[in-house]
Amino acid sequence: MQLDSLALLLAASVNSGTALALAALGLLVNERAGVLNLGAEGLLLVAAIAGFATAVHTHSEVLALLAGAAAAAVLSLVFALLVVGLHTNQYATGLALSLFGAGFSAFVGVPYTQETLTERAPHVVPGLSRLPGVGPLLFSFHPIVYLTVLLAVGLSWFLFRSKRGLLLRAVGESPEAAHALGYPVRRIRVLAVVAGGALCGLAGAYISVVYTPLWVENLVAGKGWIALALTTFATWRPARVLFGAYLFGGVTMLELHLQGEGVDLPVQFLTMLPYVSTIVVLVLIARNPDWIRANMPASLGKAFHPS
Amino acid sequence: MNRLSRRRLFETSIPLALVAWSQTSCNKTPAPTPEPPAASAEPVASAPAQPAALKIAFAYVGPVGDAGWTFAHDRARKEVQAEFGAKVTTTFVENVPEAADAERVIRDMIKQGNTLIFGTTFGYMEPMLRVAGDAKNVKFEHATGYKTAENMRTYDSRTYEGAYLAGVVAGAVTKSGTLGVVASIPIPEVIRNIDSFTLGAQSMNPKAKTKVIWVNKWFDPPKEGEAAQTLINQGADVLMQNTDSSAVLQTAEKAGKFGFGWDSDMSKFGPHAHLASAIINWGPYYKKAVKDALEGSWKSEKTWWGVKDGAIDLVSLSATVPAEAKAKVEQIKAGLKDGSFAVWKGPILDQTGKEVVKAGQTADDGFMLGINFYVKGVEGKVPSSG
Repeated sequence: MQLDSLALLLAASVNSGTALALAALGLLVNERAGVLNLGAEGLLLVAAIAGFATAVHTHSEVLALLAGAAAAAVLSLVFALLVVGLHTNQYATGLALSLFGAGFSAFVGVPYTQETLTERAPHVVPGLSRLPGVGPLLFSFHPIVYLTVLLAVGLSWFLFRSKRGLLLRAVGESPEAAHALGYPVRRIRVLAVVAGGALCGLAGAYISVVYTPLWVENLVAGKGWIALALTTFATWRPARVLFGAYLFGGVTMLELHLQGEGVDLPVQFLTMLPYVSTIVVLVLIARNPDWIRANMPASLGKAFHPS
Repeated sequence: MNRLSRRRLFETSIPLALVAWSQTSCNKTPAPTPEPPAASAEPVASAPAQPAALKIAFAYVGPVGDAGWTFAHDRARKEVQAEFGAKVTTTFVENVPEAADAERVIRDMIKQGNTLIFGTTFGYMEPMLRVAGDAKNVKFEHATGYKTAENMRTYDSRTYEGAYLAGVVAGAVTKSGTLGVVASIPIPEVIRNIDSFTLGAQSMNPKAKTKVIWVNKWFDPPKEGEAAQTLINQGADVLMQNTDSSAVLQTAEKAGKFGFGWDSDMSKFGPHAHLASAIINWGPYYKKAVKDALEGSWKSEKTWWGVKDGAIDLVSLSATVPAEAKAKVEQIKAGLKDGSFAVWKGPILDQTGKEVVKAGQTADDGFMLGINFYVKGVEGKVPSSG
């Protein structure tokens, strides 16, 4: 009984952290290329409504997730053209994107607030999910959850073991140097922003189609901002992003779990817990400037003017 | 130098333009649900001699599409428009935060010529009171508050009656004997609803107990869903919520458990899970308020309407609900209407076993407005609110 309860708590934490992990991995790709996208929240929202609307009309989850990724990719392309092509200020443009995404998703989402998605079979890995103990814990997630883990591993390899990954990081560290060597800095940045945006889009669609299958205005409720904090929290390392996202999901679920168990702690304190733990980790990281310096892309947030 | 500054201008103007565009789309949100065209066209076209229409404005805390609290208010607004036709014009502003912004929005409504203003959430109380002091010719209607002025009155619904009726159904349906409530903000209204839900359940199943998880927000669908999942993981098989979205019901649907609609009919969000919806019907009160204003009989008072006045109901009971429970629900509704039944009738014990309402006694409104304890059968502790 106790073990079951723990397994369910862990499973719920992983589910809860998956959207954050996906979005933060996308932002990590952006930031490794030197582009800070504060519009993550807007991307998630636009992707969420795009995914949900697609799911309503096509009844296909795969199409819905792809539509979410595509919608966010298009929006990221606009963002990339502004900040990379026209050198607009990344902070201001990102914030504008965030506000735009919130307003636009609410506007086009109005007809969908009363829609419901048709039922789908629960996702389990046949056979394995029935194993006692670890079965329900390890083998009854949505495919996206496994995909996210693979993605983190793949991204780690890409960034630190492949030539293209090295190039991406070079563009984020010193675009001038990359430019001098003849690499197309701006094209690489645009590609990174679009790819990262697509991942954010996948996260947004995952929220509205799989995790909380409904659409209401401001559905993602701040997850984009948390994902932004997570990339710093994880010092721009994919594996740490995954760990951080699950930790955040875990603390969120633990708060609810403790309440349900009737543990006598102030609710307001418990609600703070995920945020407080984020701040504590950020402070701990900041105590060691070498950590940040070793990992933070040196040109993060800076416009690149080829001359 | 010159070139640089022009570029700067360009750099900042694009994001600003984006912001401006996004905000226009925000403001456009209500466009797909406009007033019936008749309302604005008719007075000019057919009856030019008629006095100008009464301009009524509504401030909503959430989006009209939340399928819950604000949705219910907006449905009532439409009823008002339909009932009074050309005699009134109604407008609304949604997503008005419960803070300094509320005052700005309300003052703006007055500037636009509105003379009857509805504020539909507790947090507008202080801003409305301030504005009411300055605009004596405007009448203010404030939902769920307790402060009034000579031109500001309050109204509320006895949501706890709906919670009790839902509890009756929950008590009849639960197999585990454990119910779960996803609660919003620890104020007396919400605590009263949790207690009433539990009392209702215990009337059918004396051993029923209730687990409560507070999400500290009125509206956060992912978190509401997570809280619901946690309650299910901990053994609850019938869920209730005092939050504004349908996420709890949908989570119950996914997990093969049961749930309720709250504030408005949510049956379609959980074809199997939905047992019934405890709804608030603001229509009767809104019509009365507008009638008062039109006829000049408006006076400052406090109104608290329930099942008896058609303001609260339990609707769309599903086939899963046993006939015995359905009969009980009808019986209680009849009792509430003729005054022979009261939800808060003793003996009622609090968590510690202390008798808070003595046998045979009925709690008065003053008592109920201040409820800050759990009744016996609710697990956990009431979060301290100060």
